[in-house]
Amino acid sequence: MNLEMLMQDPALWGLGIATLAFAMLAVSVKNLVHAVLWLGMSLLGTAALFAKFDASFLAAIQVLLYVGGVVVLLIFGVMLTREHDNLAAFRTTRRPVRAALVAIALFVGLVHAILNTPGLGDPSAGKLVSMPDLGMSLLGPYAFAFEVLSLLLLAAMVGAVVLARKRDPGQPSAKKLIRHRNLGRQVVEGLAATDEVGQ
Amino acid sequence: MIAILLIASALFCAGVFGLLTQKHAIGVMIAIEVMINAANLVLVGLGQHKGAAVGQSFALFTIAIAVAEVVVGLAIVLLLYRSRGDVQVDEAREMRQ
Repeated sequence: MNLEMLMQDPALWGLGIATLAFAMLAVSVKNLVHAVLWLGMSLLGTAALFAKFDASFLAAIQVLLYVGGVVVLLIFGVMLTREHDNLAAFRTTRRPVRAALVAIALFVGLVHAILNTPGLGDPSAGKLVSMPDLGMSLLGPYAFAFEVLSLLLLAAMVGAVVLARKRDPGQPSAKKLIRHRNLGRQVVEGLAATDEVGQ
Repeated sequence: MIAILLIASALFCAGVFGLLTQKHAIGVMIAIEVMINAANLVLVGLGQHKGAAVGQSFALFTIAIAVAEVVVGLAIVLLLYRSRGDVQVDEAREMRQ
């Protein structure tokens, strides 16, 4: 493993370093709206890397789901949960030095593991996975996982609606409803008793 | 191949740094997204390197699961905001009011 082999693909390195820089901005700028937008740029950079690997379907899904969905959802989240006094959500950080030390130690460990793994520097198998291959894989060996995934998405959607639903102030809570029902039953029983007495 | 693994591990470590430093719940979710993204990069890169469709299939599953996680996470963040008035994760220690 020498430096020449590492530097043989400048486009890959350029995209990768841009993606990394965007991700670092996303986790460190003060304004949360800006952070979400930087995250979107980082996700776009990853989509470009996917396209560079000829994984065009994954690149399209990344743009559609992440940049189009997750980023918009996160911006909604920032807007809905901002503090009352300041307009944009500013954030504070905690223990940055210790966190940086942990991250750097983890990175050194990962680099050590990567450089000591045999076979990674080998030339690739040559056969790139095309979109038909991916489709056959999704509907062949992984068909069950694919179907379970659709159930998971449905469950997540229902769960989010149930969690975030704002209770209508005019609508009584379940406890109140039960109390009302019991009260109504007592009234009915009382009326029946007076009827019997009257007869 | 080494290049993409190095880039992905740097991305993952940026996510770890964000996860450890954020106080705002949405900031924590941004950091988690960065980490998931790094994992996806490794899956797709290694899959193409070995010529196996399993890498891209699993990356697709990961993306869908990450979207589900964001949806439920944001619902919980909204609930936290509604019950406490702020979303600072280390201030929220109790499960109920």
